[in-house]
Amino acid sequence: MRPDAAAEAPLQKFSGFALLRNALGGHQNWGHQWRNPAPKDEYDVVIVGAGGHGLGAAYYLAKEHGITNVAVIERGWLGGGNTGRNTTIIRSNYLFDESAALYEHSVKLWEGLSQDLNYNVMYSARGVLMLAHNHHDVASFKRHVHSNRLNGVDNEWLDADGVKAFCPPLNIKSMRYPILGGALQRRGGTARHDAVAWGFARGASDRGVDIIQNCEVTGIRRGANGAVEGVETSRGFIRAKKIGVSAAGHTSVVMSMAGVRMPLESYPLQALVSEPVKPAFDSVVMSNTIHAYISQSDKGEMVIGAGTDAYTSYSQRGGLHITTHTLDAICELVPQFRRLRMLRNWGGIVDVTPDRSPIIAKTPVPGLYVNCGWGTGGFKATPGSANVFAHTIAKDAPHPINAPFSLERFRDGFLIDEAAAAAVAH
Amino acid sequence: MLIINCPYCGERPEIEFRYGGEAHIARPADPSALSDAEWTDFLYNRTNPKGKHAERWRHIHGCGRYFNAVRDTVSDFFVTTYKTGEARPDIEESAR
Ligand SMILES: Cc1cc2nc3c(=O)[nH]c(=O)nc-3n(C[C@H](O)[C@H](O)[C@H](O)COP(=O)(O)OP(=O)(O)OC[C@H]3O[C@@H](n4cnc5c(N)ncnc54)[C@H](O)[C@@H]3O)c2cc1C
Ligand SMILES: [Zn+2]
Repeated sequence: MRPDAAAEAPLQKFSGFALLRNALGGHQNWGHQWRNPAPKDEYDVVIVGAGGHGLGAAYYLAKEHGITNVAVIERGWLGGGNTGRNTTIIRSNYLFDESAALYEHSVKLWEGLSQDLNYNVMYSARGVLMLAHNHHDVASFKRHVHSNRLNGVDNEWLDADGVKAFCPPLNIKSMRYPILGGALQRRGGTARHDAVAWGFARGASDRGVDIIQNCEVTGIRRGANGAVEGVETSRGFIRAKKIGVSAAGHTSVVMSMAGVRMPLESYPLQALVSEPVKPAFDSVVMSNTIHAYISQSDKGEMVIGAGTDAYTSYSQRGGLHITTHTLDAICELVPQFRRLRMLRNWGGIVDVTPDRSPIIAKTPVPGLYVNCGWGTGGFKATPGSANVFAHTIAKDAPHPINAPFSLERFRDGFLIDEAAAAAVAH
Repeated sequence: MLIINCPYCGERPEIEFRYGGEAHIARPADPSALSDAEWTDFLYNRTNPKGKHAERWRHIHGCGRYFNAVRDTVSDFFVTTYKTGEARPDIEESAR
């Protein structure tokens, strides 16, 4: 982030000893975490979008595939998209085999990510509880529990008393839709969103990847044979052998530059945080039925979110009535929070597919790859998705884990229909 | 909250309406003549533009009717609304 000079100095590793040494120096001597270079004329791979997914892909390209002549090009600042706007819920208890494999790959990477990156991403497996409020929820969540267990993904059913014991602040009875039980994934939890972007940026930059911020991709140039030749940007043309698009809500816009139509619609998704309070809520609780979820950040804020706004938009705002509706639900769910004041609310633009599953794939254009469609729930998948996207770009073929998440699944009728699987919110 | 002008009822608050997705996607006249790729485009691919978008709305808590609108997806400003069956107004794509 800070412009460089000292940026060529070797990267300092974080350790207890480094912390002590820098504490004695009044914390004046921490070096830069990543370089801020000018773009080169040509790269082997250009990634469009420096969110967690794009930065992670660059990191794994360098680390696992030895491809280091890579640029990540970002129109704003790194991590300023949905990566820096989300409510950080991590879980892998998705219904279908394909999804379970993908999200579980990610949770396994989360478990070792701080060590791998030498950067504390504050992954906290505090448990994610999804509440059931009606007969349909109960049946559907139990089906999830069974399906997850067959896939080696932890998920357990709690009855109403079990829910109350696990999360005492919850009001389980005196509400419009009483809580009948819940599905709990204990390995689910949260991580620090900014640290994920920063950690991947630091690790990628240290391995030679150029991160180019404040540089918008405005066109994709294709040669006579149809293959990509490079990207037009606000800082000039940059030649590239391969291009990986990882632009979340703006994927349709970027892909249209190469003439590719996408099965995507972009919606605002909002979140809000309360004033910070003492530790009062030690897990993540979600309810798709009454449209609300909540956890407490390490700063003490209650982090609250819900479903998307009703219509497509690129305005990072959304309607106030949506958040009001969410707060109605939170007040019923946790009555003691009724007097909490809300501090901030904001929106991000999420790219939603017809089956609510992502696309991590090759495209009809040679040399053009896309990772998108994460909609409202792609933070949890950041390391896993980045990992298999890097594989797809490096090998020009999908990893077995992301092979089902192709563009052709819509043509061939192999939808991975988590949209119909009830538990899909985040 | 947005104010939306229903061509049948006039201006009403956004919460009276339900969004209906991209407009002017006509069901193929001869379905069996379509290739799989053309079906994919009809069923799943969407323009999803950053800018002027022709889209369907339904006045669900009013007259109950579908109509079309052109809205700028950057500002959410409604440029115009018009009745189903009428052609998409000729509004320049890039003009804000
Ligand atoms: C309010 C909210 C709450 C959420 N909560 C959760 C949650 O609890 N759990 C969960 O798993 N997921 C959640 N999500 C979803 C999650 O945030 C996303 O799926 C994920 O962060 C996407 O990461 P990304 O790296 O693909 O996208 P981003 O971080 O958005 O990165 C894409 C980048 O591409 C850049 N870009 C776009 N166009 C161009 C261009 N033309 N040129 C250059 N750069 C460009 C953008 O500026 C952006 O920085 C939430 C999302 C929101 C908005
Ligand atoms: Zn009406």
